[in-house]
Amino acid sequence: MQSAWQPSCSIETLHLRARLLAKIRAFFLEKAVLEVETPLLSHTIGTDPSLAFFATSYDLPPFQHRLFLQTSPEFAMKRLLAVGCGSIYQIAKAFRNGESGRFHNPEFTLLEWYRIGFTLSDLMDEVAELIVSLFADYQPLVSVERCSYQAIFQQYTGLDALVFCYADYCAYALANELPEAVALCEHDHALWLDVLFSHKVQPYLGDNALCMIYGYPACQSSLARLNADNPLVTDRVELFINGIELGNGFYELTDAIEQNQRFDAEIAIRQQRNLPEVLKDDRLIAALNAGLPECSGIAIGLDRLLMLLSKTASIDEVLSFSIHSA
Amino acid sequence: MASYSTSEFKAGLKVMLDNDPCAIIENEFVKPGKGQAFNRVKIRNLKTGRVIERTFKSGESLEGADVVEMEMQYLYNDGEFRHFMNNETFEQYQCDEKIVGDAGKWLKDQDACTVMLWNDAPIGVTPANFVELKIVETDPGVRGDTSGGGGKPAKLETGAVVRVPLFVQTEEMIKVDTRTGEYISRVKE
Repeated sequence: MQSAWQPSCSIETLHLRARLLAKIRAFFLEKAVLEVETPLLSHTIGTDPSLAFFATSYDLPPFQHRLFLQTSPEFAMKRLLAVGCGSIYQIAKAFRNGESGRFHNPEFTLLEWYRIGFTLSDLMDEVAELIVSLFADYQPLVSVERCSYQAIFQQYTGLDALVFCYADYCAYALANELPEAVALCEHDHALWLDVLFSHKVQPYLGDNALCMIYGYPACQSSLARLNADNPLVTDRVELFINGIELGNGFYELTDAIEQNQRFDAEIAIRQQRNLPEVLKDDRLIAALNAGLPECSGIAIGLDRLLMLLSKTASIDEVLSFSIHSA
Repeated sequence: MASYSTSEFKAGLKVMLDNDPCAIIENEFVKPGKGQAFNRVKIRNLKTGRVIERTFKSGESLEGADVVEMEMQYLYNDGEFRHFMNNETFEQYQCDEKIVGDAGKWLKDQDACTVMLWNDAPIGVTPANFVELKIVETDPGVRGDTSGGGGKPAKLETGAVVRVPLFVQTEEMIKVDTRTGEYISRVKE
């Protein structure tokens, strides 16, 4: 029997991807944002307990090093920002172990960019400008919406996302066909928010529109800054179109001490959950010590963007070869 | 029985959920970029036929269910139970109407059908996709009308009622698709 060798996407989609990349590069060229490349293979990896990584071994007899495929180009890009290279962007592959499904492939393409001197709100303006222009030729978006996490969560569930009331959350889950959430989430506020948001809020966000949700609860974000006016929320934004999560951005944390503490906290969680051990990225801490300029940054999943542009139901249909046939 | 992790939940897999045998219909991996991973699973309870959605933490597992579907011959109805026979082993099984459910109205003595067994006890019956049954009652139609438009109800020998074209008459054999309950054609005897 012959193996299936054909790509999982159509030739048309190959062209669509090429045009998308060209438009993104033209967009940033015009704004004088520098395109960079950073390593996919590194000695350290992010500590985020929700991201599983691929590790490999680098053999240089008599030595052997453990190297990681990057889950995001974030740390390397921040080290570039710290030397004063100005605003930068990158179109890069990222790798996340165990993620496979209709919207996930363990190897995927990210567009990540950082804007020096931008607040999160400035960055949201630029995101809207880019996304609206990318959709204009295919299926123009009807609007751009901005809403706080607390307001949208309240609107769809009636619950307060910032103040965890276990009894209220349980009562809501039992009354709304999610009884399993009670046993699944127990007293973990962040997990409750993940389950309720992804089941009861996210599917309704951005009906042919770009929906930007900002002000994520503090328990949900490791690299964002706490909001100066309300320490219960962070300066973090997520993008949604037609219920699909498309990107995640931050007003970046520049405080090395705070970053170091968050690394330690995440490493502790990894130990608690028996996840593979990682060492914190001392080079990132050193770069923050040297001084990361005030900036905002965001990463957008280009494969999912292509799914939306080509109206396809599965990520496999926009990848030359998905993990099943790679 | 083996157990299966969320990543092995493929459509058709039979697993135990809340002490009932179930079949996976759909399995969606859900993972917020900065959050934990879940699997949103659509699952059919094989005893009740009810479809529910259930969310699992990724990596959770369920025990497999010993469910097999077997070709059998429908033998007869004794008034309380319907009797079926495995044509290879000649082993016989009996089912009450609750288990036979909707399939009952398509079952004619000696016809082949599929019986679902859980731990060797019947939990469901599926008739053949196409059955040939005799019309026992229908209004006399106009003989010349072969257009097939309109149609009329016809009662079949097993009790089912289907819509047939006007030209089809009582005592005729017809072929019916049991999945849709639709008339397909007359059967020449």
